Parts: sequence; C-alpha cells; structure tokens
Amino acid sequence: MNWIVNFLTSSIGRKLIMSLTGLFLILFLVVHLAGNLQLLTNDGGEAFNTYAYFMTHNPLIKFISYGNYFFIILHAVIGILLYFKNRKAKGSSYAVSGSSDETSWSSKNMALLGTLILAFIFIHMGDFWFKMKFGNMPDVMSASLGVPVKDLFTRVSTAFDNPVLVIIYLIGQVVLAFHLWHGFASAFQTLGLNHPKYTPIIQGVGKIIAILIPLGFALIPTLHYLDIYLF
Amino acid sequence: MQLTLKVWRQKDSKAKGQLETYKVEADEHMSFLEMLDVLNEDLISQKKEPISFAHDCREGICGTCSLVINGRPHGPQQGTTVCQLHMRSYKDGDTIVVEPWRSAVFPVVKDLVTDRSAFDRIIQAGGFISVNTGQAQDANAIPVDKEDALEAFDAATCIGCGACVAACPNGSAMLFTAAKVSHLALLPQGQVEHKKRTKAMVAQMDKEGFGMCSNIGACEAECPKEISLENIARMNRSYIGAVFTTD
Repeated sequence: MNWIVNFLTSSIGRKLIMSLTGLFLILFLVVHLAGNLQLLTNDGGEAFNTYAYFMTHNPLIKFISYGNYFFIILHAVIGILLYFKNRKAKGSSYAVSGSSDETSWSSKNMALLGTLILAFIFIHMGDFWFKMKFGNMPDVMSASLGVPVKDLFTRVSTAFDNPVLVIIYLIGQVVLAFHLWHGFASAFQTLGLNHPKYTPIIQGVGKIIAILIPLGFALIPTLHYLDIYLF
Repeated sequence: MQLTLKVWRQKDSKAKGQLETYKVEADEHMSFLEMLDVLNEDLISQKKEPISFAHDCREGICGTCSLVINGRPHGPQQGTTVCQLHMRSYKDGDTIVVEPWRSAVFPVVKDLVTDRSAFDRIIQAGGFISVNTGQAQDANAIPVDKEDALEAFDAATCIGCGACVAACPNGSAMLFTAAKVSHLALLPQGQVEHKKRTKAMVAQMDKEGFGMCSNIGACEAECPKEISLENIARMNRSYIGAVFTTD
C-alpha cells in the first residue's frame, strides 16, 4: 500500500489529483448549468422547483453530491498545498520580470483564481443551499409531482433583485472563465495527453467552454434582475 | 555603445545580495559574455572584485552560461544561450538588469553563479543506460522509426542549463527531467529500463525540492534548445503507467 501513498504524494501524483478532480468539477458545472437554466422559464418556478426537489431527494444524486463536495475540497486543499510548495521551490523572485508572450495570465494565477472561486462557492451556498436546507423556506405545490416542494425559485428571484449580489455573481463568473481558460487544457497535459494531432482541439474546446459556461451562468442573475425570461 | 548594467552581486551563498550599477563601453559585435569580460577587466584594473559568472564553451552547446537578462533566462532572443546573444540586440544608452537563476534548489554560489548539481543527481538517479554496449554496431542493426529518432534527438538537445527552472514561476524541473526521460524512452536501447528510470528520476526530482508543473509553458518559451512541452506529457503518462505496472 506504500506505493499508493508514494504515488499520490509525488509531484506527478498530486498534479493527477488536480487534473482528475478539475475535470470532474467541469462536468459538474455543465450539469449544474443545464439544470439552472430552468430558472429562466416563465412558469412561476414550477419546472425549477420540481427539478430542485428531484436533485435533493434522489439517492443517487445525493451520493454524487457528497462526492462533489469532497472533490471541491480536495481540489482546493491540494491546490493550496501546491501553491505554497511551489513558492518555496521558487525561493526569491526576480528584480525585473521579463515578458514572454507565450504564457497566459490565467496560467500564472490559478491559485488566486481558485481561491476567489472557493470564496464565491461559500457565498453562493450561503445564499441558496444553506437557506433551503436550514432556513425556513416556504413550500409551494408542485403541479407535476403533486407534493409540496421548497420554493427555491422565489428565493433566487428575490436574491437577484439586489444589484450588489448580481455584480458579485458576475465577477464570480469572470473569475471562473479565467480559471477554465487554463484549467481545461492543462488537465489533459497532466494526464499525459499531448499530441500535435489533438492538442489544438483540446485547447480550442477549453477556450470555448471557458467562455460558454460562465456566460450561461451569468445570464441567470442578469436576466432575473431585468425580469426577462427566455422560455 | 554606452550601457548601464545592474548586476546582482552576492559574496557567497549565505550573504544577502543586491543589484549594483556599472557603466560599460561595449561594441555591438561583442557577445554578451565578452561585454561582461570587458567590464571585469575594468573592475580588476580598479582593484575591485570582478563579477563571477558561469561560462565554458561559448558556442551554445555546453549549458554552462546562465544569466537572467531583464527578467528572461538567456536574454531576449528565442532559442539561444547567453553566449550566443550579441550586443547588437541592444541600443546605446540601454539599461540591462542581470540576475542569476532564481530557484531555491539552485542556490547562488557567488554573484551570478548558481549551484545546479541537483540536475546531476537527477541524471545519476537513472538518466543513463546501464548495459555494456560493447563495440559500436552496424547503424541498421536495431531498426528505429525515423519519427522516433527525430523526436529522441530533439529531446536529446537539452543541454541541462536550467533555464526551464529559472523561467518557471513554480521553480519546476519537469522540462529538464522530461527531456532526459524522453530521449532514452523513444529509442529501443532505452526502453529496457524505461519504467524504472522514469520512477527514479521523478523521485529524485521531487527529493531535490523542485516545484510542481502547472503547465504554464514559460520553460518551453525560454528554453535555448526549444524543448517541447510534449516531453512533459510523455513523462507524465510514463510515470503514471510505470507506477501501476511495476513493483
């Protein structure tokens, strides 16, 4: 069993954890976005509240959600450890910092971006998840299920009447975009997947999702603030 | 041409260094190292301590010269070492900042000279083929695919100067180690000990205290031999594979 510990504490092993958890979290973002776009349905929250009920009551989803919390924490903790280890390895910095145009700003600021995303997750869960789980959120009848469900839709809609919160959410999405700009393609390089044949595709897809995912999320607070529905 | 140089001066590894300013009269045909020679002649004639800097072949193939010029390892030119950088790249009146490689694993010995023996220890950990090869064989006795031969040769051009570590914001030595793993892994003679070698070299790299690669790409951008990041991906998959398929 010693070899597992040796592997997971080696430089490549730790990077592998970052890569795999990062890719899982990207997958989570896609599912989270797809579900939350129902907030843009003009049905008084019927579709979204029913969906939220399903997400909090399905045992398989609950199981995966615990995995998701664990991977977020693991990604953050190892990321922070890597940051401090790398700072120690670098030692002192240069008096003049040279500019090499081939490196992106994102790639050099992943720890900062990640920390901001973690802070955003706390704000975000405090706003909705915590209030749904521990606050006294009123119930509403779900027409399709025929049972009372938590009215998360109204909570979201009221929260996004506050322009300060809307701005915080938009900043959060910009930070996420920069993190994904480097993160997606970097995860594949860490897995050892780099070839002139497909690496340009991975890099292209990485940049597309780095724009599309945050853009999709940004629509929700913006359109709720403006009281516009898409569907 | 009149130049202002700001050079890192540090008495020994324990001393706290600082940048000192010098004026130097240079000729555009001089190499950067010759310009430093001129400055040193001047300092010696003034009975001052000359600037220590590492150099050997001055032909761009030994990997000894190691200066960070205006924040860039080996200076502004793509794909060259400091000794191949000429003063025609600068203008009269320029101010140039010269610093040593910065890495906790490459401590400053004096001024611009750093101790890069950590690289030697990574090679000693497995960067070789341990069988006795005997007489040189007929060139075609062991068939090697042309593409593999070219890739192996590209990796083998690494001169072990350490610019990758100097350029990396994380102080990672992945590009160097990956180049050394790759040039042997791509050839049949290197395949035999490949898994053992990769594991041993990565373990030594970690033990030396180098940082961890986050795929920024500064190493590839500053490498005087333009070693590709593909080598790091190769080492990643070799290492992961080796861990799961060996004792």
